[in-house]
Amino acid sequence: MGEAIVITSGKGGVGKTTTTANLGAALANMGHRVVLVDADIGLRNLDVVMGLENRIVYDLVDVVEGFAKLKPALIKDKRFDNLYLLPAAQTRDKNAVSPEQMRQLVADLKEEFDWVIIDCPAGIEQGFRNAVAGADRAVVVATPEVSSVRDADRIVGLLEAHDIVKPLLLVNRLRPAMVKRGEMMDIDDIIEILAIELLGVVPEDEGIVMSSNRGEPAVLSDRSKAGEAYRNIARRLAGEEVPVLAVAEDGLLTRLRRLMGWSG
Amino acid sequence: MSQRGRAGGFLDLITRVLGRDEGSRGTAKERLKLVLIHDRASLSPELLEALRADMMKVITAYMDIDSDGFKVEFERQDDAVALVANIPIVSVKRHA
Repeated sequence: MGEAIVITSGKGGVGKTTTTANLGAALANMGHRVVLVDADIGLRNLDVVMGLENRIVYDLVDVVEGFAKLKPALIKDKRFDNLYLLPAAQTRDKNAVSPEQMRQLVADLKEEFDWVIIDCPAGIEQGFRNAVAGADRAVVVATPEVSSVRDADRIVGLLEAHDIVKPLLLVNRLRPAMVKRGEMMDIDDIIEILAIELLGVVPEDEGIVMSSNRGEPAVLSDRSKAGEAYRNIARRLAGEEVPVLAVAEDGLLTRLRRLMGWSG
Repeated sequence: MSQRGRAGGFLDLITRVLGRDEGSRGTAKERLKLVLIHDRASLSPELLEALRADMMKVITAYMDIDSDGFKVEFERQDDAVALVANIPIVSVKRHA
């Protein structure tokens, strides 16, 4: 029986969908059986980030309403045979699904997969309640900005109210140069404020925009720093001991190496 | 640029070089801590009403109070949040 993890944040635009896609691809690359569930009903996006938008036949609402069976609704990934996506409905709204239906759906998926990764919509309303309903654990994504950290704190409280304790923190889009200048909160600041366990840190990376342009998760690229961070985070999620990626600015040596064509 | 502005810029530079200027990181952290103290202390209106009702029950065992004037609120003072109750007393019960 697998484990269900909800990727959540409260605030929109901090990288929930990117995180879902990359952790899913990284875990699949490690050989695990993974299904990604887009719980953002009405605003589906995980399909385009994964590059699977042209393969959708049925969606999550079709399944919970009994219009489609679960298996035919799952879209197999292009790159991995052990990675699947259950897309959100695009023309329905979040009230088309109840928390009880989501709980059943996730329980069914856990029978077939090692990991069920649920992409939660922004906000704290019905969509959030649906997304967390079947989850065993939660990853809270926050960027080092006051608005994002504040919303993350609210989400931690709400998760607790839904009996999801000990959520894991993923700090996204950290800019080491700004931290060094004293113009951005550091990881320690955010951990101190939220008082939850750190799962990992993903540095700001242009490669993320490029990879979502192409519909290819960044973990598949050797050159993406964010991709490397996500690979480490996936290993940590799976129980391996991996040190948190040092996000200090590149030293002279690394920069020289890169100039000379060796990847750093 | 005025003489003063230039002097200010120079001072800015000195403080930055000496590392006395903390940057916005510290400001962000302090502001977040304060706003979260408030956020975390908030109760929904229903819970606050339930708290008020329970407090009334306890206090009326000892004294008669003006239930309409009885108010319970959160008050924010600089870096702390307090639960403030204003309980007008009508009369204190005398115990034999």
